[in-house]
Amino acid sequence: MAPQPQRHYAGPARWTHWLTAALMLAAFPLGVYMHDLPLSPYKLQLISYHKWIGVAVLLLFLPRLYLRLTRTPPAPLPAPDWQQRVAGLTHGLLYVLMLAVPMTGWLMSSAKGFPVVFLGIIPLPDLVAKNKELGEFFLAAHQSLNYTLLLLVGLHAAAALKHHFIDRDATLSRMLPVLDRAQ
Amino acid sequence: MQTSIRSTAAMLAAALALGSSGAQAATAPAVFDKVQVDKSRVGFVFKQMNVPVEGHFKRVKTDLVFDPAAPAKSSVRLELDLASIDAGSAEANGEVVGKAWLNVKDAPTATFVSTAVRPLGGNRFEVVGKLSLKGKTQELTTPFTVSQQGDTATFDGTFTLKRLEYAVGDGMWADTSVVANDVDIRFHAVAARSGGAKQ
Repeated sequence: MAPQPQRHYAGPARWTHWLTAALMLAAFPLGVYMHDLPLSPYKLQLISYHKWIGVAVLLLFLPRLYLRLTRTPPAPLPAPDWQQRVAGLTHGLLYVLMLAVPMTGWLMSSAKGFPVVFLGIIPLPDLVAKNKELGEFFLAAHQSLNYTLLLLVGLHAAAALKHHFIDRDATLSRMLPVLDRAQ
Repeated sequence: MQTSIRSTAAMLAAALALGSSGAQAATAPAVFDKVQVDKSRVGFVFKQMNVPVEGHFKRVKTDLVFDPAAPAKSSVRLELDLASIDAGSAEANGEVVGKAWLNVKDAPTATFVSTAVRPLGGNRFEVVGKLSLKGKTQELTTPFTVSQQGDTATFDGTFTLKRLEYAVGDGMWADTSVVANDVDIRFHAVAARSGGAKQ
C-alpha cells in the first residue's frame, strides 16, 4: 500500500492557527471599542486585556513560524497559478502582520509611557523611551496595520469559504479536519 | 528718610562686598536654605492594572532650612501646585484635576509643613509633618537622605502615600484593583548654603 499523502496540517500547526485567529478576532474589536471610551477603570481594564491578548499572539508567533519553516505543509490542492501566488503572498503578509501588529502595540505602549505587564504579573521591557511624537507614530502604525490585517484576514477567510462551499475541495478541512467530507 | 535710605544702601554694599569676598562663608552658620527650584522635583509612580505609570508636578514651591550641625532644627515647607500635575498622559491629566481625584478647583494647593526632623544615622534623616491635600490633613513621616557637594546639599526621599486616605480617586476610581491605593512619592530638592560662595 502506498503511503497516504498528508491530508491535514499537523495538530500543532492547526491549534496555533485557530488560537491566533481567535485571539485576533477578540483583540481587534476590543481595540476599536476601547479606544473611543472616556477614561474610566473599565477602560483601563480593557486596555490591559487587549495588551495581554496581543502578547499572547506574539508568544504564539514564534512556535508558529518554527512549525511553518520546519514542517512541510500539505501539498497545495490544484488551483490556477495566480490563485496559488495570491494565496502564498497572503500567507506571507499574514505572518508579517502577526508580528508587526502586536509589536507596534508594544512600541506604542512604551513610547506613551505605559509599560506592558503581561497578565498583570510579568513586566515586559520598554522597547523605546517615552516620547510623545513616537507614541503618536506607533498609534497610527498600529491602526493602519490593523486595517491591513483585517483586509487580509477577510480575503484569507473568504478564499477558504469559497474553496469549501463553491469548489467543494479540501482546502479548509486541511486546517479543520472536522469538516472532512465523506470520501 | 534720606539718611535711612543711604545707610541701607551702604549696608547692602557692605554685605555684597563681604559675600563676594568669601570671607563670610567661614563664619556664617552653614545652613542650607537657598532652594534651587529648577533642580527640585516631586514625582510619583502609581499603578494601574499593576502597570507602573510615572508622573510629576511641574510647579513646586519649597522652603527649607537644613542645618547639618543641628539637624533637629531643620524644617521644610512644600507647596504643590496641583494643577501643574503631569500624570503621564494628556488623557490622565484631564482626569486627575477633576473632582474625583485632586479637585484642583476647590483645593488648588497641597502643602506639607514639617514639625520635626530626626537624624537616623549617617546621611539619613526623617521628617515628620502635616500633609494637607484635598481638604484633608494627616500626619506624614518620610525618610530622606542628604548629600553635600561643597555649598549645595541634595535631598532625596521616597514614601508611599495611600491615596484613599485623602479621597484622591474616589467614586468609581476607589476600586484599588484597577488603580492601586499605594502611590510612591519621590522628592528631590537641591539647596545652597546661604551666605556661602556663589552657586
